[in-house]
Amino acid sequence: MDRHLLSGNEAIARGAYEAGVKVCSAYPGTPSTEVFEELPKYKDSLYCEWAPNEKVATEVAYGASIAGVRSLCAMKHVGVNVAADPIFTAAYNGVGGGFVIVSADDPSMHSSQNEQDNRYYARSAKIPMIEPADSQECLDFIKAAYDISEKFDVPVLYRTTTRVAHSKSLVTFGERTEHEAAPYVRNTRKYIAAPANAYMNHPKVEKNLEELAAYGCTSPLNKVEMNGTKIGVITASIAYYYAKDAFPEDASFLKLGLTYPLPMDLIRDFASKVEKLYVIEELEGFMEDQIKAAGIDCVGKELTGKLYELNPQLIRERVFGDKAPTVDVGVKAVSRPPALCPGCPHRGFFYTMSRHKDFVVAGDIGCYTLGGSAPLNALDSVVCMGGGFTVAMGMAKAFEMSGVTGKKVFGVMGDSTFFHSGMTGAAEIIYNSGNVIPVVLDNSITGMTGHQDNPGSGYNLKGEIAESLKIEEILKAYGYKNVIIVDPQDLAAMERAVQDAVNSEVPAAIIARRPCLLIKRIKHDIGKCVVDTDKCIGCKRCLGVGCPAVIVENKKARIDRDQCVGCTVCAQVCPMGAISREEK
Amino acid sequence: MMKSKSALLVGVGGQGAILTAKVLVNGLMKAGYDVKMSEVHGMSQRGGSVSTQVHWGEKVNSPVIGKGAADIIVAFEKMEAVRYADYLKPDGVVVINDFEMASSSIAAGLAQYPEGCLEAMESHFRCHVLKAEEIAHSLGSAKCMNIVLFGSMVKALHMEDVVDWEAVIAETVPEKFRELNLKAYRAGYNAVER
Repeated sequence: MDRHLLSGNEAIARGAYEAGVKVCSAYPGTPSTEVFEELPKYKDSLYCEWAPNEKVATEVAYGASIAGVRSLCAMKHVGVNVAADPIFTAAYNGVGGGFVIVSADDPSMHSSQNEQDNRYYARSAKIPMIEPADSQECLDFIKAAYDISEKFDVPVLYRTTTRVAHSKSLVTFGERTEHEAAPYVRNTRKYIAAPANAYMNHPKVEKNLEELAAYGCTSPLNKVEMNGTKIGVITASIAYYYAKDAFPEDASFLKLGLTYPLPMDLIRDFASKVEKLYVIEELEGFMEDQIKAAGIDCVGKELTGKLYELNPQLIRERVFGDKAPTVDVGVKAVSRPPALCPGCPHRGFFYTMSRHKDFVVAGDIGCYTLGGSAPLNALDSVVCMGGGFTVAMGMAKAFEMSGVTGKKVFGVMGDSTFFHSGMTGAAEIIYNSGNVIPVVLDNSITGMTGHQDNPGSGYNLKGEIAESLKIEEILKAYGYKNVIIVDPQDLAAMERAVQDAVNSEVPAAIIARRPCLLIKRIKHDIGKCVVDTDKCIGCKRCLGVGCPAVIVENKKARIDRDQCVGCTVCAQVCPMGAISREEK
Repeated sequence: MMKSKSALLVGVGGQGAILTAKVLVNGLMKAGYDVKMSEVHGMSQRGGSVSTQVHWGEKVNSPVIGKGAADIIVAFEKMEAVRYADYLKPDGVVVINDFEMASSSIAAGLAQYPEGCLEAMESHFRCHVLKAEEIAHSLGSAKCMNIVLFGSMVKALHMEDVVDWEAVIAETVPEKFRELNLKAYRAGYNAVER
């Protein structure tokens, strides 16, 4: 049998294909993105797209389910916050074709703004949850998820974590089974979420959970591995493999794949067979709290803790006090935080912001979050997708109400974030006369998640040419009478644009437009900058742009040729004209 | 049952550690091992410190390890070797690229690149140090530095009999870089003593 080394995300895509899924919609977000990057491989059998945001993606997938086909949406954990509205109501209405929502959580926040545990969404929305532990399970369990969704007439939350989504392990493929939709018939009782229908649906939702709990006691998704009777471990997701490495060989396991609702009778039976019961799970004591509430004695979080990722060595240390010996070599590495790439178009904008101490800048989620890092230090806040414009609005109103003058408030986000949830904020600023300058850093791509297309980029997920929405036309239609489009790499023009916006008599907005240098389909003007060491006076002004290619050595600037792309932002800030771009 | 082995490939985003891991993993799969690999995507890629883990054996459970559990570290940059040193078993092996990349704070003059990274590693672990960057340059492209390091790793871990690594490299890298990478592999293999 052929074995393929796949990430969990790739395996989910393969599983959806094999399950006969027909409509798929998502918004990119680490660590979920690769599920959908993989789907175009199967485009002859299914439709897949990048939606403007997670709520849209969920609604599109749910609409397809109502129309009778199997559908998929995927998002990072915080994306479920955006998508929560349709999920909670879909739980009441039920499904047509099977409907699966992939939520990729990010313990340790490798690429996220919080460490929320989305297992609570299953409990709160009252829908079943499935958690695979490796790539083969990512593939196999998604097929089971569709069966459960249809059998119980309910959406299924499919929860992974970074290590499940991004770890690669060996997978054996199956065949695609076509899933034919039943002929569509209007069903207003089922799909119109009016109060009277919702009132009648809630009892069904509760009954469903009881039946699912019973189903979980015999489902092959939950399996008992009896090895001995001294120690029992209840675990799920990646924590299962951590625990397998950390616990002695005679420990018995109840490995759960269907983790909500918990199969409490199965858990009770397992607990009765072992002397000491551990619950090993990452983040919150989601399973442990419910098991304890059912009157079953167990230990877990008091030993493993609620913070960050676990691993086998941490579990061994925290549960058994058995710390692996390590060596301290006596030299300390300097931290290496991520930075805007050399040639990043955002650099010129943030450098300009950093020169004005009276500017207050509310930022957003994306590569440009790095504008808040030293030496640029050009952001006051970053909250959530789309929050840049609206947090700025609140700050501006607060300044007005508390009599603070002399502050200029900017709200900043990228093009993909603008389409995601910035447009409503842009409307808010106009509608409620905000003293805020919205800025769209338009680099023509969704950058931080690894270059996905969006409604402004001109291409769709399948790489086909798509309608390209014009940000300036949207802003003008909203009432921004002064939309200033500027190349942020031209620092003088960038400064003029900022002054124009600040002094504008009519509502102004800025679009700082230059494509990300990493976009492969565009031919970029790449060159190299060099320092004339005779002219360099070692003033370090060039370091203020925060470029990884600019270094000061022996009191003179030097530019790392391997990293430099010749954007000239450092040259533009040099007071001595010591930096120049080489002629080709 | 053979105890599973853990390798940690560490470096700076963009140095090509992922391709190295891919070659390693393809070979181990070909040799019939169970393999798991873990990497982190997203924000950490942008010039940050990155690590890729590879685990293999008859049966592998966890795709990640904690401190004190790695059998080998391949460091694409010498300060990164120091950063991850406490992930090594005390009898672990290290392959280090004698190559220095300043972090943003070092470049800005706010911090000093630590002195004595190589010496510190060598005084505690069995180390194989090479100038992989220079070797790669001499072969025609700095981009094959990752495969130079891979060659050194194969030698350091006595892995030449696991599989025909040259065939694995030829299958894994794009055709137009095949010859370059085969040369890089051999040069890396010959660059370290055992």
